[in-house]
Order: sequence, then structure tokens, then C-alpha cells
Amino acid sequence: MTHAQEHTSHTKLIWKVFAILSVITIVEVALGIIKPDSLYLTKFLGTSPLNIIFLILTLVKAYFITWFFMHMADEKKGLRRAVVWTAVFLIIYLATLLLIEGNYIKDVLGPLTKWNY
Amino acid sequence: MAELTITKNQNKTFMEATIATDSNENNWSGGTQKPLGASYGKMMMWFFILSDALTFSGFLGAYGLMRFKFHDSWPIADEVFTHFPFLHGLHAPMYYVALMTFILIFSSVTMVLAVDAGHQMNKKKVTFYMLLTILGGAIFLGSQAWEWKNFINGSYGAVKLSDGKIIQFVDATGAQITLESFVKSQQSERTQHTANKGIWYVKEAKLPPFTLNEIVESFKANPKIAIRTEQVDPELKSKTIIPHNEAMGFLNEAESVVMGANLRENEYGKTLFANFFFFITGFHGFHVLTGVIINSIIFFNVIVGTYERRGHYEMVEKVGLYWHFVDLVWVFVFTFFYLI
Repeated sequence: MTHAQEHTSHTKLIWKVFAILSVITIVEVALGIIKPDSLYLTKFLGTSPLNIIFLILTLVKAYFITWFFMHMADEKKGLRRAVVWTAVFLIIYLATLLLIEGNYIKDVLGPLTKWNY
Repeated sequence: MAELTITKNQNKTFMEATIATDSNENNWSGGTQKPLGASYGKMMMWFFILSDALTFSGFLGAYGLMRFKFHDSWPIADEVFTHFPFLHGLHAPMYYVALMTFILIFSSVTMVLAVDAGHQMNKKKVTFYMLLTILGGAIFLGSQAWEWKNFINGSYGAVKLSDGKIIQFVDATGAQITLESFVKSQQSERTQHTANKGIWYVKEAKLPPFTLNEIVESFKANPKIAIRTEQVDPELKSKTIIPHNEAMGFLNEAESVVMGANLRENEYGKTLFANFFFFITGFHGFHVLTGVIINSIIFFNVIVGTYERRGHYEMVEKVGLYWHFVDLVWVFVFTFFYLI
């Protein structure tokens, strides 16, 4: 970002991002309340399509907040990668291992749980 | 004397060779050079945010592990968070937390508007938007407290079996009912122990409004109601209902009455759900509180003209980063606790 640009106002962009974030949140909440059977009770990639939709929308929201509210878009490539790539790699790594482990514990211990009295 | 001087000089040369001592020229701490185009403070804020993001990922990851482990018996969020202010007794899942999300997003918008006004050196606007941001944060904290209050007090009441499983009561249509709606209170001799009625240093947890015996007797007398276990039917994604005539097998194992949720028991199901909810939303709430405090400090600095004199409003930008991060974390908490 050059010095001259710093002094121009970005209010238009800010309100646009706010509108996008609001629309996404409204869609999420509406889907969460309605929970259409075709999305909620069917299976896709090991979970319901609804959960996949929620995950994608969440990541889109995270992108808009980081890029335009935290001005990551204006930072130098080096800083951006140092922060974003590190976070994305470590979080995916951690989440994958923990969820696989959780699933394994369920497979081993689940059948031992007593549900009839 | 001469010898000593030489040693000193040698020493000095040695020091200069290994340690940068010129702090007033073009090194980083002087603030003139900006590696990666960011000032020292801003870059450190970014790396703090990175490490904090990993902390939250650790918590949410642990939550995910436990949720996968108890995939077949995890509480359904829609049945837990159903309250909305002034709408008593109405089943309103999600609405309240959606409102909280909007409050936080909006306070993020006012924050970024304050940063934008700072770039234009517009003190009046920065002051106004910072004030709105602080207000938004305070409202969010209040909403969080209300949400906790409802969760702690509970809504229906349940019975805990000797092995820790939770049994809830449903009517003929399968909808959950409160204990008050069917339990007839018998005269009980048991009264709440308070400091003035006996041993003053012995504390007692609040007595449930009904005894276990009253609940079981009322259940037997009312053939229309049934019970529900924690087990989730994978096809229908709803909790398994046990018909009235098979329910006594469960109720014979009943050990205590559970009202609401805390770190030891949870009327909605797994205690772990309550543990993670309190811990993660609590940790996030603590971040919001910190953010409100730091924002307030910066707000007063803006008013007294600190940044006007400094020539730039970068400090507002730095607290802005932290504040947006708090919003970012909430986006994920919202998804993993309420949506998925």
C-alpha cells in the first residue's frame, strides 16, 4: 500500500464486507434452524452435507475478517505467509490427528457402553 | 594502568563484534526500519495472535476429540440453547447466539472504522467509533453472562443414573417436558441446610425442587410420559425414546435429580459438554473482557490526544487487530458449539 492510498477512506469496502458477513451468518442461522432433512440426515465425506456447508461458510467468514478487517491483504507477502501458512498448517495437522484419535476411541469403547437397563 | 586500558579496549572490540550496541540508529528497536513492512509492535501483535489462535485450536481440537469419542451420545445444541430474552418458554434455538454473533461482528465493523478514521487523523471519528466498539464488547459480555445463567439454571430437569447417564422426560409426542409439569410434590421432611440451622461450616448444594422418589412415583402414575436416553439415533439424529413400560428398568438405577449444568453434572447430557462450553466460551469471554479493557485505555489515550501528538494512530490499529481476532475466534466457537 502506498502512502497516498493510506489516507483515502475505505468505508465503502468495510460496509461491503459487513454485508457479506451478515448474509453468511443469516444463511448459517437459517440452515441451523431449518435443518433440511436432505442436508442434515444424509452423508457426505463422512459427515452431513450441512456440516460441510457450515465449515466452508465459517472459513469464508474467517477469510473476510482476516483479509479486510485485519488488513492482511495490505501486509507484505512475507508477513502474510508467516502468519497464515503457519496457522493453517498446524491447525489442520492438529485437528486431523485429534479427530482420527477420537474416532478410534469411539470404535473401541463405543460397543462397551451399556444402553439397556 | 596501561595494561588495564588495553584489556578494556580489547573487551570493547570483542563486545562490538558480537552484540549490536548502536540502539539509536537504523536497527529495529529504533523503529525506523520495518522488516516485512510492519512496525515492531504490529508484527509482534500478529505473532501473538498466531500463538493465541493455536491455543484456541488446541481447546477446540480437544473438544472435537471428545465429541468424536462420544459421537453417539453428545448433547444436541439445539435442545440446549433455546432461550431468548422476554420470550419465556418459547422454543427459540439459535436466535440468541445469532444476535450475539451480530453484536460482535458489528463491534468489529466500528473498530475497523476507527482504524480507518485514524489513517485520516480524524480524532473525533476515532473517538466515536472506539466508544461504539467498547459498548459492543460490553453488550456481548452481558449477553454471554445471560447465556451462561440460562445454561447453569437449566430448563427441564433430568435424572442421573448410578453410572452417570442422564435420563430426560418426554410427553406422548416425544417433546421434552419439565419436571414441574408432571411431578406431584409430596410433603418432604428434608429442608435445605443453611448456616443458621445446624453446623454452620457445613455447606449443602441447593436441594432440587423434587426428590427422586417423587419423580419416580409421579412417572408411574402418568402412563402418557416416557423417558429419553442420551443415545442418539444415527439415522434420525435424535435421542432414543424408551416407552413408558420399559422405562422402569432405567429409573430403578436412578441416583439423583439434576437441575441445570455445572462442571460436575449436566441435565442436557454429557458433563464434558458443559466443561468444554464453560471453558472455551469462558476463555473467549476473558479475551473479550481484556479487549474491552485495552480498548478503553486506547480510547482515553485518543481523547487526551496522545496519538495526535505522536503523529499516527497505529496503536488503534494494533488493538484493532486483537479485537478482530476475538471476533474471528467467536466465528469458530459459534460454528463448533452451535451449528455443527
